[in-house]
Amino acid sequence: MAQVPLVDYLVLGDDPHLVAKACTSCGARFFDRRNACAACGSDAGFDEVPVAREGVLRSFTIVSMAAPGIPVPFVAGVVDCDGTSVRANIVNVEPTPEHVRLGMKVRLTTFPIGTDSAGTEAVGFGFEPMEEG
Amino acid sequence: MAEDVWILGIHMTKFGKHPDKDTVDLAAEAALGALRDGGVTIHDIGVLAAGNLMNANAGIGQQLQKQIGQTGIPVYNVVNACATGATALRTVIMAVKAGEADMGLAVGVEKLAGAGLLAGGTRKEDGDTWTPSGRYGAVAPVDGRIGTETMPGVFAQVGMQYIHEHAYAGEPFELFARISEKNHAHSTLNPLAAYTKRFTLEEIMNDVMIAYPNTRPMCSANCDGAAAAVVVSGAKLKTLSLEQRRRAVKVSASVLTSDPWQEGCQVLPDVNTLTRRAAEQAYEQAGVGPEDLSLVELHDCFATAELVHYDNLKLCEPGGAADFFLSGATWRDGSTPVNVSGGLQSKGHPIAATGIANVWEICHHLRGEAGDRQIEGANVGLAHVIGLGSACGVHILEKAAA
Repeated sequence: MAQVPLVDYLVLGDDPHLVAKACTSCGARFFDRRNACAACGSDAGFDEVPVAREGVLRSFTIVSMAAPGIPVPFVAGVVDCDGTSVRANIVNVEPTPEHVRLGMKVRLTTFPIGTDSAGTEAVGFGFEPMEEG
Repeated sequence: MAEDVWILGIHMTKFGKHPDKDTVDLAAEAALGALRDGGVTIHDIGVLAAGNLMNANAGIGQQLQKQIGQTGIPVYNVVNACATGATALRTVIMAVKAGEADMGLAVGVEKLAGAGLLAGGTRKEDGDTWTPSGRYGAVAPVDGRIGTETMPGVFAQVGMQYIHEHAYAGEPFELFARISEKNHAHSTLNPLAAYTKRFTLEEIMNDVMIAYPNTRPMCSANCDGAAAAVVVSGAKLKTLSLEQRRRAVKVSASVLTSDPWQEGCQVLPDVNTLTRRAAEQAYEQAGVGPEDLSLVELHDCFATAELVHYDNLKLCEPGGAADFFLSGATWRDGSTPVNVSGGLQSKGHPIAATGIANVWEICHHLRGEAGDRQIEGANVGLAHVIGLGSACGVHILEKAAA
């Protein structure tokens, strides 16, 4: 089945991972398309760099109220992937404060989010705990 | 250029539900109230700055003029998220400082009663085919799939990040709920607050969970309201009556910052660095320190936000916000009363009005006119707001010497 990543900074394949655009002048990393670097102002361009697949959960919330169509509760968090902050859902964990711990080690995981009318499957990502909590 | 600037008159409407008043009615009520409070008329005003976030393209400034006086003065319609009111005030202060006008009027107004989640409240349906679009090349809406766009969720993470960075050993949920307990307790003394009900800690923690650790009473209250201020130059003030001079409040510092780039700010807004910078500049301008403040009104859009701003505004030792709060320092009988108005969680948060309403609260105490909730002997106060995007406004106000 044909697959497409939910966002263009998710690379699928045998070794799914995230990529960032690193400023060629100062190294600041971005996930979206930028016209120039917000950190240093340079417009010299960006290099695509892989982001570590494992990280530490630096902050989280458990969202209980969201837009219609979004399944709740779910855990949203910030993961420190070896110095690069990543926004993601924390998955494969019970969404309760007892099971989600600040500072816990997490790793990238991918999963299908649906198939469109052309039969293409979209794949999303999240981070899951590395050890049973 | 004006040496110094003062708040001559200031007014806020009751915050809450005003189903029979439109945005312009509320703005007019605040503006006319501020003019009356300052003992001046619209004909004395040389510049007007006005903000209304939710209907920003309507031109609230000119709409207001058509109700209270079309005098032909320059109008600046401003927008800066939740810092819109502070931005209107700052705009007028800049004009008066620059000598372009000797008196100006700043107005902020919002109609929000009954509004739900302001961001992340709706999400588009997935398309028929996965087609990449936008700067992330997303093939479908990402809210709820890659984190959350809701404000209670974003600010929950702001607070939890502080807990993580400073290794708070206690129960974070209870800590944040206690902050909300304080602000709701304070609100019982504020007749202009949208909600004046005191909650027990248990009631707050057992209320509807919105985004852990923020339950419903720990979130700012959507409501209607407006606030307005008349700003005057020191030279012009000298020509006014003794009573006007006595009630005038000195603007010792007026600062607006945006967020400097920080690693991580693209995934979770950094509300800390720009607040720290604004506070540092404000203390420097005013020549006062956090220890000199009689009271502080800070942007407690969520209970989780109030904690980090204790630290950002340097009210406590670096990293010591939790201990500082738990010592009782920020209750109205503490060493640095914070949000004695009830804060955004109970007074309410009609977005563009907030950045002037918190200045109104400080002025009220400095003038000794705060009634039952007067902080005795108040002589210096700080008002802070932050709007995501981001913009931070800090004003330090001082009691008139006369």
